Amino acid sequence: MRPAGLSLIHVTALLFSVALVMAPHAQHLPLWITAFGAAVLLARFYLGYRRKALPNRWLLLAAALAAIAGVGLTYRTLYGRDVSVALLTVMAVLKMMEMARPRDTMVVVLLSYFLVITNFFYSQTIPTAIYMLVIVWFITATMISLQHRASSPRPGAMLRHAASLIAQGIPVMLALFLLFPRVEGPLWGLPQVNYGAKSGLSDVMSPGDVSALSLSDDVAFRVLFDTPPEKPSQFYWRGPVLWDFDGRTWRAGATYAAESIEYEALGPPLNYTVTLEPHDQRWMFAIDLPTQAAPKSYVSVDYQMLARRPVRERVRYDMQSVPVYRVGINENRMQLRRALRLPDGAAPRAQALAASWRGELSHGRDLVQRALMMFREQPFIYTLAPPELGDNPVDQFLFETRSGFCEHYASAFTYLMRAAGIPARVVTGYLGGEINPLDGYLNVRQSEAHAWTEVWLPGEGWVRVDPTAAVSPLRIERGLAAAVPDTDRASLRARNRHEWMRKARFALDAIANSWNQWVLGYNPERQVRFLSQIGLTEATWQNMVIALIATSGGILLVLALALLVRLTAQRLDPVQRAYAKFCHAMARRGAPRKPSEGPRDFAARVSLQFPQLREAVQRIAAQYVALRYGGEKDRRVLEEFRRGVNVLR
Amino acid sequence: MRRGKSAARALLAALPLNTRLERQAPPYSVRDRIGDWIFPPRGPEAGPVVLSQRRVYILPTSAGLMFAATLVLLLIGSINYNLSLGYVLTFLLAGVGVVSILHTWRNLARVALRPAKTRPVFAGDSARFHIVIENPGAHQRLSLALQLRGMDAVYFDVPSRGAQDIEAGMPAERRGVLRPGRFRIFTVYPAGLFYAWANVELDLHCLVYARPEPGHVPLPPAQAATGQGGTRGFGEEDFSGLRTYQAGDPPRRIAWKASARTDIFLTKQFSGSAAAELWLNLADIPDLLGLEARLSRLTRWLIDAETAGLRFGLRLPGIEFEPEFGASHRDRCLQAVALYKPARE
Repeated sequence: MRPAGLSLIHVTALLFSVALVMAPHAQHLPLWITAFGAAVLLARFYLGYRRKALPNRWLLLAAALAAIAGVGLTYRTLYGRDVSVALLTVMAVLKMMEMARPRDTMVVVLLSYFLVITNFFYSQTIPTAIYMLVIVWFITATMISLQHRASSPRPGAMLRHAASLIAQGIPVMLALFLLFPRVEGPLWGLPQVNYGAKSGLSDVMSPGDVSALSLSDDVAFRVLFDTPPEKPSQFYWRGPVLWDFDGRTWRAGATYAAESIEYEALGPPLNYTVTLEPHDQRWMFAIDLPTQAAPKSYVSVDYQMLARRPVRERVRYDMQSVPVYRVGINENRMQLRRALRLPDGAAPRAQALAASWRGELSHGRDLVQRALMMFREQPFIYTLAPPELGDNPVDQFLFETRSGFCEHYASAFTYLMRAAGIPARVVTGYLGGEINPLDGYLNVRQSEAHAWTEVWLPGEGWVRVDPTAAVSPLRIERGLAAAVPDTDRASLRARNRHEWMRKARFALDAIANSWNQWVLGYNPERQVRFLSQIGLTEATWQNMVIALIATSGGILLVLALALLVRLTAQRLDPVQRAYAKFCHAMARRGAPRKPSEGPRDFAARVSLQFPQLREAVQRIAAQYVALRYGGEKDRRVLEEFRRGVNVLR
Repeated sequence: MRRGKSAARALLAALPLNTRLERQAPPYSVRDRIGDWIFPPRGPEAGPVVLSQRRVYILPTSAGLMFAATLVLLLIGSINYNLSLGYVLTFLLAGVGVVSILHTWRNLARVALRPAKTRPVFAGDSARFHIVIENPGAHQRLSLALQLRGMDAVYFDVPSRGAQDIEAGMPAERRGVLRPGRFRIFTVYPAGLFYAWANVELDLHCLVYARPEPGHVPLPPAQAATGQGGTRGFGEEDFSGLRTYQAGDPPRRIAWKASARTDIFLTKQFSGSAAAELWLNLADIPDLLGLEARLSRLTRWLIDAETAGLRFGLRLPGIEFEPEFGASHRDRCLQAVALYKPARE
């Protein structure tokens, strides 16, 4: 049995450090581990408070083995991120039970620092960063308090000292963060970090799917244009292309990489950078039509840009698109046949309607216009909350409910086109977005998800037709919020019209975006770009190391000078300054003051040596004693004293 | 401090005394050797020693090395899992570590040390060396430590623009002058990751009286004063009057009541026709005991004679102190015994 030989304030501070670091893990750890951890920490506090002996080594070993077995049974494995965090939690709290002597405390401090990083497996948001900064601050204060040997530490002073250490460490941190040569991970294995599949478009589309998305405020991606276009919110961002219809649901089906895409640009190209949020799917969004594929992705035969692996981390890529184009004039027969296929027996009324149009009109363009005219002239409603559709959604929508969201229109229109003999497919993606005036980024959110149709016309290739535009031109012109009726349950974001809310949202967005761009997205590629911006064009690691050493050396030099300036500098008050002048003057005359001599003794000695100065010297001594020790506050005395000194100089 | 080593001390006491009665210092640590290599010892320095920038060395502590290892682990984790905030954490802690070098170093740099009065002790007791640490700077120096060689460190704080008197103990094993030699002042504050230190040798010395012989040893018999037969000496028996207090008069002779009335200290004088003179003579103690034991007995006698308020003199070969009263006389005698060196044969 070992006695608990640490002071209670240190034990408490160390327990708090570990508890604060591990607290966020309570969200995803099994309940029993959280309860176990809390119980052990409380027990340790009790033992420290009561100054009781800590449990012996064998009991701790048994507890540790039992806890490891428990973790193994809960997770059915002892490998992986979550298991590691669970094991670290268990071991960290048990380590507290072993903390008996002052030299164990430093180990706990270092362990607490290390545990901070486990939180970043789960969250790297700004609030997490702030919380962790506060914890690092607390741990540092605890570490400082451990070094107090002569006097007991005062918490306020410890926190202030820790704050100054951290504040002075931040410039070094920035230099290291920006200049330390970055390596692309992982070093081994596959990292399991995954921030959870976010909402987003998928390769199937049923009525209601896109409208469900439009309630989400999550940012899908952000765009920075090289030269801002006039109406950045009117671009169609191409996502999944859906070919196969079963009467209710559209599916993407198989697609494959195109060897080359033949297109004709009908306008100037557009250059921009996309920062795509992870969505656990392979689409990389670009303005229709991308001229090349982003790194680690390819363009498919139906012009989707697909990443080779699902996008599980935020990616940034430079893109070029031609917004006005002609493409696919020589589309392959198989594809065209696929674009005409209809499910048997679905939507007979729609088929009959399309057949009747086909009898009247022969040109594809005319058929398209005829269908759009129907949407425009009949009482179709664009709404986020359409009525439920039954077994035959296309017919029900076209002839009964007549109210729907973009997926209803795209689906019905594509069906009508195919029934009329025009190859057609559904394209989903995003339309719109909002420029944040603070940082100039175009934010495209899930609520801007959209579906439209592409028809293939001979001599023209694939042509985009947006049937929603026929029903609700506002959706295209001014965005979702303007287009849906006020009664719809549109998301707060799309609906809020208060100016201050918009501004606050812009500010938050801009912060979140810079955080993503500069903190979370600062990878080797971004580092090279940043270094070339500051003039370090050859970003080899040697250059980076040189830059790093130079920068941090400079920072430390400035810090050292700032820290040392008040080490010896005695700030003299005017009285002391004048007296020092007097002593200096006497020294020049050959009577230096000895360190042991008080002002009166000195004056007496000077008077003996220089009888002619006797009166002045005695007066100066008397005034000095009065001013410095006698509490004399009169400014006139001080003035006189100074004059007297100046006369003697 | 180190009781229970009486056998070792007896052995030490039995050894012939060197010309310099100094304690054998334990060997240097690695840190001291590095320090001596960069800044060779120059013997005791007089007056205040200011720890100038180049006198303060700094190296990581074992905790500092563990901290560095933790940083490496954090860096590997950040790279492997692409944790941007992991990088931020790693680099922030690295920054804190680097900055703590400056802080630790600053905590020690530019303090001034000067020796203060050290009281004599008896051999076998602990010499209490007093050192004044001055802090001319504007910030408080916290958790500085002073370590005499082979001793535990003494921790202390020094307020800003202030001074602190430090008492550092060292066992005084043998009579003579004890010099602590080169000692170390160090700090690991604030982070405990770095160890800043300076080796200093101040002109510190402690007079170590011979160890008084334990137990009661009867004083030698007093003799009648010789040579000054008719003179009326100052004796013990009859009160003869008052005179003004002189330094060295035993406190029990002060006429407290009379002093209170007159505002000056007055000493009672006694007269005796032939005041006995107590001579404490090394030669009276049998050689058989050995020199140190004989000096121990002399020391015991000096203490007892003064406590008893006797008038006593001391004779050592070649040294003689005329009989007198009082503590200061006793101390002079004790010093003579402490520093006594037999003439070489």
